[in-house]
Amino acid sequence: MADRVADPLTAPVSTGRSWSEPVAFIAMVVALAIAPFFVYPLFLMQALCFALFACAFNLLIGYVGLLSFGHALYFGWASYLAAHAAKVWGFPPELAILTGALTGAGFGLVAGSLAIRRQGIYFAMITLALAQMMYFFALQAKFTGGEDGIQAVPRGKLFGLLDLNNQMTMYTVVVIIFLAGFLFIYRIIHSPFGEVLKAIRENEQRAISLGYKTDRYKLVAFVLSATLAGVAGATKAIAFQIASLTDVHWTMSGEVVLMTLLGGLGTIFGPVLGAFVILAMQNYLNTLEQWVTVIQGVIFVACVLLFRRGIIGEIAHLLRIRL
Amino acid sequence: MFEFLGIPPQALFGQLLIGLINGSFYALLSLGLAVIFGMLNIINFSHGAQYMMGAFVAFLLLQHLDIGYWGALIVAPIVVGFTGVVIERLFLQRLYKLDHLYGLLLTFGLALIIEGVARNYYGSAGLPYTMPDSLRGGQNLGFMFLPNYRAWVIVASLTVCFGTWFVIERTRLGAYLRAATENPTLVRAFGINVPRMITLTYGFGVALAAFAGVMAAPVYNVSPQMGSELIIVVFAVVVIGGMGSILGAIVTGFGLGVIEGLTKVFFPEASNTVIFVIMAIVLLVRPAGLFGRRA
Repeated sequence: MADRVADPLTAPVSTGRSWSEPVAFIAMVVALAIAPFFVYPLFLMQALCFALFACAFNLLIGYVGLLSFGHALYFGWASYLAAHAAKVWGFPPELAILTGALTGAGFGLVAGSLAIRRQGIYFAMITLALAQMMYFFALQAKFTGGEDGIQAVPRGKLFGLLDLNNQMTMYTVVVIIFLAGFLFIYRIIHSPFGEVLKAIRENEQRAISLGYKTDRYKLVAFVLSATLAGVAGATKAIAFQIASLTDVHWTMSGEVVLMTLLGGLGTIFGPVLGAFVILAMQNYLNTLEQWVTVIQGVIFVACVLLFRRGIIGEIAHLLRIRL
Repeated sequence: MFEFLGIPPQALFGQLLIGLINGSFYALLSLGLAVIFGMLNIINFSHGAQYMMGAFVAFLLLQHLDIGYWGALIVAPIVVGFTGVVIERLFLQRLYKLDHLYGLLLTFGLALIIEGVARNYYGSAGLPYTMPDSLRGGQNLGFMFLPNYRAWVIVASLTVCFGTWFVIERTRLGAYLRAATENPTLVRAFGINVPRMITLTYGFGVALAAFAGVMAAPVYNVSPQMGSELIIVVFAVVVIGGMGSILGAIVTGFGLGVIEGLTKVFFPEASNTVIFVIMAIVLLVRPAGLFGRRA
């Protein structure tokens, strides 16, 4: 059975232009435009922040083959610093989110340069351990507010003009940030730089022998991924007006792995769908609340054993298109 | 009584002892991880959950079957080890040809399931597990008070660790294991049942985790999340020591436990994070780990 279930981590990537990705992208934009008339906007904003987070994570696992098990570090700390910047320093939202992005980049640079010193399984353990260390710092630091977190973060006015306290304005801003991040990742993957990343995923030794300094490529990819995770965390802090310990805990790192795995590793739309499915499950299956952890565990096991391509990956495979 | 840097000796030796206790658990768990990784090429993320299962089985044995600590110390590892054998046969076996990361993801999922089920039935609060009467009390060593149970944990864990080392490095069975780690195909050609050996290795590694769990039950409370926080620290221990060497895992485990204990005396704020900081330093200075070989 193991042989029949494909392994997206080693599957060859088809190249060339395809019509399916632009079509799916337009469908996604249309869906996001009409969704707030049918679904609670707060839920959509939450899902979009996590979707961007999962896309950022997928950049590493799906295209460089690096499993970072500590992505909550960049997401959570960015949300802390964005919240602090907006609340205590009085930053406008655009600068608060920028602060979050820089936080993600800074931590990504430090953690990434440590983690890429080891390969494979060790890489995952190092990223997890470093994230746990920063969780303890968040727990002890004064400005994070410990168990309470940073509450009542002002949303403020974007560029001094747009009042984000209006729910639809806030939603539009979150959609624009998400789409910008999504397109940025798409651009990275399809750039010459992205091709080198995929080469490293396929066969690092060969990429080295061709003269690529693979460690530098991996580090740049890591910092990019952490930065985008930071943007997602910061946006979430502004939209939900809170930054808390949940977002830096290791369970959050596990959740983003789950979203990406369920949607489809190495597919561009998979993490988005994965994030929506997981969050819908948490939000709408209230009666099952206490079983959420168990269900998440079962999804992990099922994905690994039965459909390693994930939902989008399987659909793309069946229809022989790229998504 | 002498004082060391303004720290009373009772506090110093007390924390040193706690450090050795924690080190016992680090050593037992990282040893199990190393043994499993050697044979299966899988990092067993559910190791912490299986340690917790050990403690829970001990608790349930006492509650429902009136089997006490000593019985649990034998029964719980067998029961949990058996579940490990089932897990290996049902799931892990299918992953050996794939990227290592899938093993990590699958065992992470299993850890979520085990922990989630335990929390649903027993809540997040800790359940107390009473110490066996035979190990109550303690010895007054003059400079400190040594509780018998703590001394027992250290001695038992050292014994099990070195027993495992002896079996793997000094017996015929261990020689087969090491050979199968190097080249499974060739060892199979000699008529040795390697798949069964792999299954039993996983069972044994998991049983070690459960054994640690039973020993931990009277020290810490029995709670569903007792394993998940611990396993992340053990991962850092494994990164520091490298998984290539059994003795390395034992030495690193105890050593880091002691360092953590000492940090609690001199710089309490950093006691949670010191092991991670050491990991970062080791990665900078010796990326392959203290006892590791460059992959």
